[in-house]
Parts: sequence; structure tokens; C-alpha cells
Amino acid sequence: MPRRTPFHEYHRDAGARLIDFGGWEMPVQYQGILAEHAATREAVGCFDVSHMGEVRFRGPQAMAAVNHLVTNDVSKLALDQAMYTAMCNERGGIVDDLIVYKLGEEDLLICVNAANREKDYAWMLAHNPFGAEITNESEQWAQLAIQGRHAIALGEALLGRPLAEVKNYWFTRGAFAGVEGCIVARTGYTGEDGFEVFLPAGAADIIWTALHTEGARFGLTDIGLGARDTLRLEMKYCLYGNDITDDTTPLEAGLAWVTKLEKGEFIGRDPLVAQKAAGVPRRLVGLEVQDRIARQHSAVLHEGQVVGEVTSGTRSPSLQKNIAIAYVPAALSKVGTRLEVDIRGKSASAEVVKTPFYTRNY
Amino acid sequence: MGYPNDRKYSTDHEWVLVDGNVATVGISHHAQDALGEIVHVELPAVGKVFKKGDSAAEVESVKAVSDVYAPVSGTVAAVNSGLEGNEGTVNSDPHEAGWLFKLTLSNPAEVDALLDSAAYGDHAGNDF
Repeated sequence: MPRRTPFHEYHRDAGARLIDFGGWEMPVQYQGILAEHAATREAVGCFDVSHMGEVRFRGPQAMAAVNHLVTNDVSKLALDQAMYTAMCNERGGIVDDLIVYKLGEEDLLICVNAANREKDYAWMLAHNPFGAEITNESEQWAQLAIQGRHAIALGEALLGRPLAEVKNYWFTRGAFAGVEGCIVARTGYTGEDGFEVFLPAGAADIIWTALHTEGARFGLTDIGLGARDTLRLEMKYCLYGNDITDDTTPLEAGLAWVTKLEKGEFIGRDPLVAQKAAGVPRRLVGLEVQDRIARQHSAVLHEGQVVGEVTSGTRSPSLQKNIAIAYVPAALSKVGTRLEVDIRGKSASAEVVKTPFYTRNY
Repeated sequence: MGYPNDRKYSTDHEWVLVDGNVATVGISHHAQDALGEIVHVELPAVGKVFKKGDSAAEVESVKAVSDVYAPVSGTVAAVNSGLEGNEGTVNSDPHEAGWLFKLTLSNPAEVDALLDSAAYGDHAGNDF
């Protein structure tokens, strides 16, 4: 029996094509990936991301417990501020990438990837030497991402107060569409302006209806996982399981900016310090590929030798170019480096390019 | 409606429309629908020789790539170059303007072994 979000009936009634995603029955597309991608880039899209998990850390040791688990320094968080981070294993490999929300001095909420819900929760319980109170709240929360240039205006209509002044990676709490207890965060996975709202799962109908009623005048469009993937790929945002795994480090993945080696002890710190000292051997880069579309696991070659592997690839709907993300040796990671990609036995030329691939124009 | 009955179909979801000794090949409505929006088509070179079942072309959607198999044996006589930059034609008009390539048949008897429109509809579902 697949797991379903509280919005499942809306997806089914909209005629969405449903697929299995890590055990979840999720919409991969409604009208079509290209149209949904364009709607997000040009107006505003609504993404059901309720399959994501939420874990709550409470108590006097909450902050120390989370800082022990993650690479970023959550002690720097202000109240109502959020932070993107990796959570590493003892080898410095990535258990998951997360967002930590500071709800109180002794109260942190962590959003985890859908496919990692159980793995992360078990990992957190098993690595809690400080004895923080850890609760899996995944079943209590639903989550929607509203992304696009009209997202903030739509959000303000339902919030009844300004959202524009909530800065990137900060959040506000309170009533949303009249539903108390919501968290509205200026975060997203598309490169557009927008927000993500955590809501009590029992209020899913009220909020879906209010968003779509109010959203009609902004051109609000439902977006499936297909366009979610092309949108994030254009930004070179990592997808766990593709671009980052238990066997890739945040330094390799371009996540040094959320890896605070100087903050003090955390799981994976020693191997990461050692890797940085020895020189990071490979880097996750953006590639532009000529003629053909590179896909996950396509080999990357340099002068005929296999040197790396594509972790995600697609045809960019916004840029009309074939883009990919790949691990390549550090020496071949500079922008402008010419490489080749083996695409089902045929070689396609590729070049390391600046990322994000896409930059919004407002 | 159902699948056009002027042609034959493979269980791999290609269609074959024979005119003389030349077969036009495309993918079925069912195949394009399953693939999603097609953004790239890799066509064979004219003159290339295929045996029935060889991978002859590729169609790629945003999400996935799919082989198109030669449903009959033959030599590539023409390809639909009009698809370049208009790959979505394979979605919008899979049975006509969205054709992929033409084969000069080397074993016309193979055509008889393919499915007719009714049998293909039973195979793929007459869901359009």
C-alpha cells in the first residue's frame, strides 16, 4: 500500500499522473512537465511536498544535539530563522541534507527528505549523546511549496500581513488561511521567489482550497515532481540519492558553505578536515552537454579516459540546453574545462559551466 | 476513436505504414503518452541497415530516454528532419506528422506478423 499525502484526492481529481516516489504515491505531472515548469518560472506554482519529514528537537540539549549531528552551525540561528545543512556519517558522507528551523531557544524543527524519513530519524535517535527530546512529527505536518514571482503576493493574501519583509531563510508563524499553527518560511527548491508552508495535516483541505481560490487570479498552477526536478536542476540544487549520498562529502558536493569545520565537534568533522587538508579530490560541477541529454550514471570522460559520472541530467526547459551535474576530478572542475559524456555508447562534448544554470530576472 | 487501421503495430509500440516497398515508422499514441513531452529525437543515418528488433532511433522526454526498435528489417530511406526543434510533434501528432523514419523493406513478409489496429488497441489500451 503506497503512502499518500493529505492532498492525494486533489491530485487524483486533477488527473495527475501518479508515480511511486520512495514509497509515496505522488503526482509526477498534471498537465505536463514543460507547462508546469514554465508556470513556475512565469507565474506561480503549488507543490505538494508533504512527503518530506519533520523531526522536532526539544529541551535544554536540543541545540547541542543538532549541532552534533549537522555540518552547519545552528548556534548561529536567530529565533524564526532557518538554515540549510548537511548531516554526515562518521566517514563524512552525507546522511541527508536538511533545513533546520529555530522555533525556540530549546526547540528546533528539522525538515528531512521523504526517502530518508525513517533513516534520518533512526540516525538521530542513535546519535543523541546529549539526551535531547527527539520526536518524529512527520505525520502531524503537511507541507506545500508556493514558488514563483507571484508567490509572495499570494502568501500575503492568505497570511493577512506582509511576507515580503520576511527575509530569505527566515520564517513567520501564525494563522495561514485562518489555520493557526502554521510555519511560513521563505525557502524553496526552484530558484524562484516564494515560500514553503508547514501546516497541521488535519487542515490540508482548508489550506488547499484557500490557496487555489485565492491563487486563481495569480495563475497558480499545480506542479508535479517532474517539473520540481527540472526546476531544481536548473539551479544545481542537490537531490539526495542522485547528487549527494552516503558516499559523497559536502566538500565534494559544493556544500562547503554549510560545512563549518571551525564550529567544534560534529559527526564527520575529522574526515572532512582531513579531506580539506589533503585537497578535495572531486567536485560536483555543472555541465552543458552538446546534442544529447546526459542522464544519471552517464560516464564523464577527459581525453578518452573515464574521470567521473553524471549524477543528474536533463534538457533545461528554461534555457533550451542540455544540462547535467557531475562529479569530476578537482583538476578538471574549472569553468570552461572541455569534457565528454558517454551517452549510451556515443560521445557528446561537454563543458564545465557556471552555476546556477538559471538566474531569475526579477 | 481507436488506432488508425491503415497500418500495423509492434508490441513495442511502433507503428508501420507500408506504401509499396517503403515502410514509414513512428511511435504510437500510447508510447508518446507514456513517455511524456518529447524534447529530443535521435534519428538514424539514411542508408543504415537494420534487422527487425534493432534499436533504430531514440526518443527522449524530460524524464527518460526510450529506444525505438526497427519493427521490420530494412534500409533507412528517409528520416523526419522536420522534428528537429519541433520534437513535440511526436506527442501532438504521433501517427502522422510525428513519423520518425522510412525503411526500404528487405523482408516485406515481416509486416504480416505485426498487429493490426484492433489487436494493438487490445495490447496498449484504446484509451484515447
